[in-house]
Amino acid sequence: MRRTAIALAVIMLTLRPAAAFVTEEEAFFPAAGAEAKTVSVLSTTDTDVLRPAIEAFQAVHPDTAVRYVVASSQEVYAALADDRAAFDLVISSAMDLQMKLANDGFAATYTSPQTSRLPAWARWRDQVFAFAQESVVLIASRRGFKGLVIPQTRRDLTELLRDHPDVFRGRIGTYDPRASGAGYLFATQEARQSDSFWRLAEVAGSLSPRLYSSSLDMISDLKSGRLALAYNVLGSYAGPRLESDADGVVVEFADFTLTLLRTGFIPADAINPEAGGAFLDFLLSTRGQALIRDRAGLPPIDEAALSSRPHLRPIRLDAGLLVYLDRLKRKAFLEEWSSAMSQD
Amino acid sequence: MNVAPMSLRRRLVLQLLGIAAVLAILLYLTVRTVANSAAEATQDGVLGAATLAIAERLQGGETGVSLDLPYEAFSILGSISDDRIFYRVDANGETLTGYADLPMPFDPEAAVEPAFYSATFRGAAVRIAATSRTVLVNRQPLLVSVAVAQTRQGQEAIAQRTANLAAAIGLGVFAFAAMLSMLTAGSVLGPINRLAEAVGRRGPHDLRAVDHPSPQELRPLVSSLNGFIARLRGALSRTETFIAEAAHHIRTPLATVRTRAEIALRTSETDAARETLRAVIRAVEESSRSATQLLDHATVVYRSDRLADGPVDLAKLLHGLTRFYGPTAELRDLTLTLSGADGPVMVQGDQLLVESALRNLIDNAIKYSPPEGEIELGLEPRGDRVAIMVKDRGRGLGGRKSSDLTRRFARGDNVGDVVGSGLGLTIVEEVADIHGGAFELTERKGGGTCAELLLPLR
Repeated sequence: MRRTAIALAVIMLTLRPAAAFVTEEEAFFPAAGAEAKTVSVLSTTDTDVLRPAIEAFQAVHPDTAVRYVVASSQEVYAALADDRAAFDLVISSAMDLQMKLANDGFAATYTSPQTSRLPAWARWRDQVFAFAQESVVLIASRRGFKGLVIPQTRRDLTELLRDHPDVFRGRIGTYDPRASGAGYLFATQEARQSDSFWRLAEVAGSLSPRLYSSSLDMISDLKSGRLALAYNVLGSYAGPRLESDADGVVVEFADFTLTLLRTGFIPADAINPEAGGAFLDFLLSTRGQALIRDRAGLPPIDEAALSSRPHLRPIRLDAGLLVYLDRLKRKAFLEEWSSAMSQD
Repeated sequence: MNVAPMSLRRRLVLQLLGIAAVLAILLYLTVRTVANSAAEATQDGVLGAATLAIAERLQGGETGVSLDLPYEAFSILGSISDDRIFYRVDANGETLTGYADLPMPFDPEAAVEPAFYSATFRGAAVRIAATSRTVLVNRQPLLVSVAVAQTRQGQEAIAQRTANLAAAIGLGVFAFAAMLSMLTAGSVLGPINRLAEAVGRRGPHDLRAVDHPSPQELRPLVSSLNGFIARLRGALSRTETFIAEAAHHIRTPLATVRTRAEIALRTSETDAARETLRAVIRAVEESSRSATQLLDHATVVYRSDRLADGPVDLAKLLHGLTRFYGPTAELRDLTLTLSGADGPVMVQGDQLLVESALRNLIDNAIKYSPPEGEIELGLEPRGDRVAIMVKDRGRGLGGRKSSDLTRRFARGDNVGDVVGSGLGLTIVEEVADIHGGAFELTERKGGGTCAELLLPLR
């Protein structure tokens, strides 16, 4: 499978002038056999994460080449909604934007034995399908906590911050929902689920928190000792990176832990929707799900895991997600968040 | 024009099926209509509630209108089915938030109840609920309209499910009704069939009144049938009585003629006169025999309706007949033998009729036998029946079939000068029929006839 890696072309900040949306990288995996068709995938997930799955897919479908374009979730939305760019499969972790695209008619209906196996909470209208469920976690540094007990609930964390402002001042990291789509989704969903979010935001806001737009940055700052804790980090990124680190701790809050669904849909304008469907089916297949778990580090869709860990709360893949995308709602939420976070 | 009318059963079943089909279709349409309007009302109710919930979150203020879009309103709209949702909030003719191209009612008015309408939006049929609220902005009233649209996939899915259910119910009702109509047709037509069977089972001579229990509707038919049977029986009985009377009235004067002729024969002196008188006597004798047979036949037909059913010992009967016919046979130098009649041979039947049949057979044998011939009477068991055989060495059947000769008044081609009525064998055949037996005439080897009357053993 190295030969596809050799053929990989990485284009940073795309050179193609035709596209108005901004891509981060583009990779091309030529077909193993005689090339018959190309499936174009637009994704927020890094190429390296899905590379094993793509190569395994091509082993099953040797006549299919894969064009894999990575962009941020906002750009993915713009590519579809504004540019009507032609892709055969759109993968994103921004559930709200995926829902909005599907609701506004940009997604095609697709059914297959694989999609029918998905539980009802992991698909919407036979248009949007989840293929990974990722918990949103707290990461903490034992050194940074200076021997304090690592909290297991939001209430514990709020009390800890309130009681030890000197330990945590300037050493709390979280998403800036104004800059990050994921941060906005996590914040709004948490605010919707529990009032403890606002108490925590107020306490954290008084301790000069650092604001980030990427989970990876928060993880590296925690490892470097700049942060004592980072709140609302994607567990699928934190887990593998802190596994070997004796200092780093990943906490799934026991009161509730948001679970993000990474979803894909076939655009209504797809040139090659069957190929997009075939790739989606592969991601949802037993083998595809095993590869996602073992090689991509993403937890596959698993209803049993949810019932055995009841604190996991999947973000509901339904029309409610549209609410926080409302202009007025967003404005009001960010105003409230800003006033809570900047008290000093 | 003479087409057989449709069977009652088919007519009944078809009509019942027609009614069942109409009812099933009516049921289907009713269930569908009611369920569809219920589904639409439910969807409208949820959509209206969501619209009102959004309108209630409208707030005026110093700077402008603010709206805190309620999460649950959308979530609940989506929970019935995964329908697409669109909304639009307008103030002062400007879209504050939502989809600016969503169709709005022309003249929004502040109303408590939302207005509902259907439209097409982004290629999908949508149901829209719209309402308005007046809010105070800078102490000035401002009319804000809210419209929420939902695709109708959920409602269509419900409608489809209901239609399927309604179709299933309709088909079920129809199948059930079809089954019931078969049963009904069967039970309604049962008495008619039973009556027809009871009448059909009757023997050809059974002229008893029909007393089969019948429903009220069939009683006129049964009573007319019984009236008809009674008239028929009366006519038949009158006919037989007439024949019997006629035979009697003929025989009596014939006896007188014969007596007178015999006296005249004894006293006559010329040969020619004697010859003439002998011919007269013979003719009178034959006429008397014919009258007797007519009387016998009338008796057989009459008695067939009311058989004197009892045990008949054929052996004893044949012994009696042999003794009776002995002198007559001797007159013509005929030998009359009887075999197989050592012990009693019992059959069930009417002694008088059986005797009448046997008399006719023996009489025939004597009549058609040449002088010095032998007539063999015999009894022979044949399984559950017994054969009574009368064999002669007469002129045989002359090539005619047995069934030809047993017809009423039919006589063989070879009867020659022998006088006969053609009724004798008919009587035998009828007696055989009445007793469930059989009668057959066969040609004997070496000339002559074998008459065989089979009767079931008791």
